[in-house]
Amino acid sequence: MSHRELDDMLGKGWRKPAFVKNATLRWTLLAGFVTYMIAAFMTIEVDWGRVYDGLDRGWAFVLAFTSPDFMSRWSDIWSGLLESIVMTVAASVVGILISIPIGLGAARNIAPLPVYVVCRGIVAISRALQEIIVAILLVAIFGFGPLAGFLTLSFATIGFLSKLLAEDIEAMDKVQAEAIKASGARWVQWINYGVQPQIMPRLVGLSIYRIDINFRESAILGLVGAGGIGATLNTAFDRYEYDTAAAILILIIGIVMALEYLSGIIRARVQ
Amino acid sequence: MPVLEHEGTQIWRRRTTGENLIRWFGWLLGVAVFLYCWQIISASTTWFFVWDAPRIADDIWTRATPPKWEYITQLGRPIWDTLNIATLGTLIALFLAVPVAFLAARNTTPSTLFIRPLALLIIVSTRSINSLIWALLLIAIIGPGVFAGVIAIAIRSIGFCAKLLYEAIEEIDHSQVEAITATGASRWQVMAYGIVPQILPAFAGIAVFRWDINIRESTVLGLVGAGGIGLQLSASLNVLAWPQVSLILLVILAAVVISEWVSAKVRGAII
Repeated sequence: MSHRELDDMLGKGWRKPAFVKNATLRWTLLAGFVTYMIAAFMTIEVDWGRVYDGLDRGWAFVLAFTSPDFMSRWSDIWSGLLESIVMTVAASVVGILISIPIGLGAARNIAPLPVYVVCRGIVAISRALQEIIVAILLVAIFGFGPLAGFLTLSFATIGFLSKLLAEDIEAMDKVQAEAIKASGARWVQWINYGVQPQIMPRLVGLSIYRIDINFRESAILGLVGAGGIGATLNTAFDRYEYDTAAAILILIIGIVMALEYLSGIIRARVQ
Repeated sequence: MPVLEHEGTQIWRRRTTGENLIRWFGWLLGVAVFLYCWQIISASTTWFFVWDAPRIADDIWTRATPPKWEYITQLGRPIWDTLNIATLGTLIALFLAVPVAFLAARNTTPSTLFIRPLALLIIVSTRSINSLIWALLLIAIIGPGVFAGVIAIAIRSIGFCAKLLYEAIEEIDHSQVEAITATGASRWQVMAYGIVPQILPAFAGIAVFRWDINIRESTVLGLVGAGGIGLQLSASLNVLAWPQVSLILLVILAAVVISEWVSAKVRGAII
């Protein structure tokens, strides 16, 4: 029996099921997507001549990665990098310390409603504002320098860590916490022996992850004057010193990779 | 169990004396590092400006309120550009991330020894450099404008999408792949019918998630000249037009909240 006959007997041949089952919705989505793409391409202005001219420079930059120049601007690179690391460490410490009480307050099963609303509000504000915009405002208020960057990163850490911590507390095992409470523990003892051991592994993991993010973010805060390696990088690009820029990027990638590797080891150990 | 002998009775303790000492020393070291970092930050801060900060903040607040509402007529085009940067950037990134993810996943890579490390290197290096830095670099190469923004977002997103996607590929159910292979399917057919249907929901989720993040990031790309609403923000900041700045910040906030809502809805519908 040939395929043709089998298909005739079964009626229709087999076809892959569609990803979106509703046919009208599927075609509307597709039509909307095509319309959007046409509109987007119509309005985007690309100066192809400029792009073509830039290819040489792009190639020069790629080549710069094979011969990065660490030496000629080493003192600038070093001071920028040190400032980035210092900002990361200080902001992570302060951010984590502040986000623990806020995280406790933002967990519905621990905090009373007024505290919960206030803490969730802080988390929402911190998460909605991006680092770089916060940095612009803080630079305007506190002046140039790493203090603005430090405050920005601390603020961003609070939103990130408190939210995830609160979610973890809300998902914790109630039985253990109740057992501690039944033994007549005070509130602080209850948190310390009933709640904290349950969330500690996750808190350590998240903190390490946040340190990693903070370092990455600290690399761009310099663009708006908030200290760190970003200012040095910006200057290198402005002067078309690609070999120095390549050196800075290699350093950033190296540190981020090292941090990621380290955080992987630590997270595997605590969990 | 660590216990303390005290007048003949045993008292339970959480840790032994040695453990306590080690922990105490660890805390001491941590505090010392933090204080050292704080000292560096403090040394490069002009404290006079910091003490003056409440007055400055108050001053900026009175200048920035109320926002200049009529300025919104000039923001239509920048918002459209921002949307385009995020959407087209995400699409290009997904297009490039799929092959990288298949090359990086342990169960689909053609060679664990040579190609997988290369794919992982692409993932790490694109992920660890912020989109603002990519934008800086691309502006130096292909000139300022929306196009540089699109490419910056695209490059930045490759690593993120490919990482999540290759983790999804590594977690697939192997029996389905085996079943397809047993029918005598070629390598490509196994991919299309055995692997792709399993990772399609994850893929859609990643796409929407990254689009949401990209809307956030593309709002500030204009600060370095890569198009979008950030251009207006930086222009307004440069002339200290605070009523315009506050309006732009409100618009950015609204865009971020809406995109987060859309992404949450779509992901809820998929999963």
